[in-house]
Amino acid sequence: MSSSTADPRLSKAGPPKRPIRLSWSDERLRAIVWQVLVVGVIGAIIWWLWSNTVHNLEVRRIATGFGFLDREAGLPIGESLIEYDPSNSYARALVVGVLNTLKVAVVGVVLATILGTLIGIAKLSKNWLVSRIATLYVEVIRDLPLLLQLLFWYTILQSLPGPRQALNPVEGVFLSNRGMKLPWIEWQAAHDYALVAFLLGAIATWFVARANRAKQYADGQPRALWPWALGFMLGAPLLVWAVNGAPFTPDIPALRGFNFRGGLTVSPEYFALLIGLVTYTAGFVAEIVRAGIQSVNQGQWEASEALGMRRGEILKKIVLPQALRVIVPPMTSQYLNLTKNSSLAVAIGYQDIVSIANTTLNQTGQAIEGIAIIMLVYLTISLSISLFMNWYNAKIALVER
Amino acid sequence: MGETIEATAHIASAMRADAPPAIVLENVNKWFGALHVLREVNLQVATGERVVVCGPSGSGKSTLIRCINRLEVHQQGRISVDGIELTDDLRSLDAIRREVGMVFQSFNLFPHLTILENCTLAPIWVRRMPKKEAEELAMEYLTRVRIPEQAKKYPGQLSGGQQQRVAIARALCMKPKIMLFDEPTSALDPEMIKEVLDTMVMLAATGMTMICVTHEMGFARQVADRVVFMDRGEIVESGEPEALFNDPKTDRLRLFLSQILRGH
Amino acid sequence: MSDITLGQTPASTAPRSAPPVAATGAMAWARANLFNSWLSTAVTLLLAYLIIRYSISFVEWAFFNAIWQVPVVNGQAQTAACREIKGVGACWAVITEKHRFILFGTYPYDEHWRPLLVCFLFVGLYVISAMRRFWNWRLVPIWVGTLTLIGILMWGGLFGLSYVPQERWGGLPITLILSTFGLAFAFPLAILVALGRRSKLPAIKMLCILYVELIRGVPLISLLFMASVMFPLFLPEGMNIDKLLRAQIAITLFAGAYLAEVVRGGLQALSRGQYEAADALGLSYWHKTGFIILPQALRLVIPPLVNTFIGFFKDTSLVLIIGIFDLLTAGKTAIVEPAWQGFGVEVYITVGLIYLVFCFAMSKYSQDLERDLNQHRRR
Repeated sequence: MSSSTADPRLSKAGPPKRPIRLSWSDERLRAIVWQVLVVGVIGAIIWWLWSNTVHNLEVRRIATGFGFLDREAGLPIGESLIEYDPSNSYARALVVGVLNTLKVAVVGVVLATILGTLIGIAKLSKNWLVSRIATLYVEVIRDLPLLLQLLFWYTILQSLPGPRQALNPVEGVFLSNRGMKLPWIEWQAAHDYALVAFLLGAIATWFVARANRAKQYADGQPRALWPWALGFMLGAPLLVWAVNGAPFTPDIPALRGFNFRGGLTVSPEYFALLIGLVTYTAGFVAEIVRAGIQSVNQGQWEASEALGMRRGEILKKIVLPQALRVIVPPMTSQYLNLTKNSSLAVAIGYQDIVSIANTTLNQTGQAIEGIAIIMLVYLTISLSISLFMNWYNAKIALVER
Repeated sequence: MGETIEATAHIASAMRADAPPAIVLENVNKWFGALHVLREVNLQVATGERVVVCGPSGSGKSTLIRCINRLEVHQQGRISVDGIELTDDLRSLDAIRREVGMVFQSFNLFPHLTILENCTLAPIWVRRMPKKEAEELAMEYLTRVRIPEQAKKYPGQLSGGQQQRVAIARALCMKPKIMLFDEPTSALDPEMIKEVLDTMVMLAATGMTMICVTHEMGFARQVADRVVFMDRGEIVESGEPEALFNDPKTDRLRLFLSQILRGH
Repeated sequence: MSDITLGQTPASTAPRSAPPVAATGAMAWARANLFNSWLSTAVTLLLAYLIIRYSISFVEWAFFNAIWQVPVVNGQAQTAACREIKGVGACWAVITEKHRFILFGTYPYDEHWRPLLVCFLFVGLYVISAMRRFWNWRLVPIWVGTLTLIGILMWGGLFGLSYVPQERWGGLPITLILSTFGLAFAFPLAILVALGRRSKLPAIKMLCILYVELIRGVPLISLLFMASVMFPLFLPEGMNIDKLLRAQIAITLFAGAYLAEVVRGGLQALSRGQYEAADALGLSYWHKTGFIILPQALRLVIPPLVNTFIGFFKDTSLVLIIGIFDLLTAGKTAIVEPAWQGFGVEVYITVGLIYLVFCFAMSKYSQDLERDLNQHRRR
């Protein structure tokens, strides 16, 4: 029987500190000297570049500072999520640009994930034809530059007929070289309330799921979640909508003169950018998903089946959590790539932040501020995604010795 | 083999009486963060002495010998090797690493170099030996560990036991005065343990100062002049192998022996 | 793990027979892979129908109804015939007329053999670098020599070759130059940054992290803009570097950050024991890094390195946005003139094929290599 219960190595005090000796063979002194040298050299270079820049800006009479943000922009912007007209300030124009970027990035990420997951699963299919086609898709998409694909899609969309001869594949949907028109409804306050009710319902469903699980741990009886989910996320919003007068006025695009009026417009630039980004990124997502699913080795399935678990349970509790560990890091990397790739919008005329900042810097001549704004926007987005990724990785990391 | 060992033990004990100690550890303390892993360790190893360090997992025995060649840094206390004090001083560190050879549990041979290149790399670049001389030296040691024919092969082509013997030869090519062994046979399949232990016994017979962290008690009985038992960061008992194994004085050692000597 | 043999177990006396016919051969394969369930059968039939239908219409468009040449009157191409069959047949005449422009840009017509030779030299360089028996120090003089030769051929001015200024370079050579020189310069930079990132010296580590995270957080376009618009401001008056070099610097900086991450992965993957064994032998930091760590780490990450290179190769197409004439830009510009407007699809398909050939070859190589290396690696 061993003696003390407390481990004597878990002392409160740490190691004592030691002073540095002033000698070249002291490791720590050498380290400091190296660092001072490197930082000094880099600092000197930066200082040299900086002084050149200041001098050149003076000589060319270019203004500095961000004062231009308050000036009137005079910049026409084709599509924007918020109110904007050319008499607004540059600051507002740039905000419109950021929103445009987010508009294509968020929708792109969602669609690319869906498409990529389907293709990734298709690659693992037992049907030879399906898996070969998926493989071919991934291989071709990954071997062609994104810019080429964007130009290709844009050219195709531009060679669609004009609005008068627009393609009408489904009732209410029109495709022409002025973009895509989709039927929509007139958005009323009641719809806003219903949307809020849906979000609240989703949160409520999550709480019910937790409560159900706790109760199952207590007495072993599983409880169905679906009636609650249905009620909260479907029934409640419908109720709210009905109570508020149940407005439902469809807004069908109709040809008036040279173009359509009404309905939801998807501009050809946005559409081409979206298709290009989604198809391109889906190719990479497919590989990630496939690798993730394959990373869970066969033994996991076998052991779970031997324990009598059903396929759905195995997928949900054993395979997917392990696969997600392998999938999430490269996946967030792809989301980041998609967001950065959306900057190619400038090549096909979609006005995202890069395009608008570029026009701004051309108009004001303040190149440094313009490019700094672009980089700042993207750095913010990438750092947020990186932070999320680090948090997620730390949270799900397998605990090892 | 037995006779040679007896004879060498005599010579060794004679040497021990006069010469200054090869390794001195005085009040050595080490922390990993807040975890106090070496507590007031005092140990002296005489030239030509063979010491086996044993103890339960996590007792600090690997950390102890890794402090000797500065793979780990001790924060308090004094370590001196062959008269040279172990500090932050890079010159003393270089000098010490030249005199101390180390054999690792996972061999750590360089897989992209041939066996011969593994052995000649350090003599050429650290001891500034001419290439031919280094190669002759390497072949001599490879012959001593009984695998000269593998010189042109790559580590991946050798068995575990062969790789560990190459690792021993590689360390010996630096002509060290002291050899440290960090659980040299723990990663080997049972049938290969003997060949490595035989090599170590042969090495001991030449009078090399050795500190060996190992669970192989048979080896300890055969070769060790002294066995040191560590537990939870401190040296608990120390003495001649027979005395320690047959007559443990502390409970902790008794517990450890019962766990490890089951069936011996 | 010995088998339990029970001594006198009689050997099997049943005659060996061939497996049933339906379990081998093409029929069996089709049964297992195409028709193994109702859903699978339905999907196979649907896909087969779609493939056949669209293949036929594509082949009709691309080959049967296509026009391969148009008459050229007074230097003006008469593309009326092409326009008539738009949508029904491809107009490959645009390639026949413009292929030199697309491939070589505005390089002087008589000297086109020089960029052509340059393209072959690049391909040769890639092929040699891919062969494993050259994976040692010999690669460095080969690269230096070939790149110098390429520079001489493109610029001229020596050995009786006429001088061709950089503004007239264009097309495929530019793509190859930007990506290859970018890789050549970015690689040593990446190694230094990766080592710096793992260093214990906090200032150096911080600088390297800053560089990598900054570059990886912004799109390549912003760096290209910075290069084309801001670099002239950074330099003292009178000193200027031409556009191609500016773009090259931007691409090199960009590549350096991504390659640094790849190399860092290799350094991390190397087991700690290798570092310790080198330390225990007394090797200095640079000896250790040069002889033990880097050779192993770099070999570990060759497949991701090749994949990253494929990415750069495609990314060079972005110089279109700052007005440098690479392969894609040349393609896009070819259809700007009124005669050829609207035939973008044919041009993009052709340019796409060229990219496809290069990238697919590299991608296949990287996959084969990865498989090979994994086989020889110990479990």
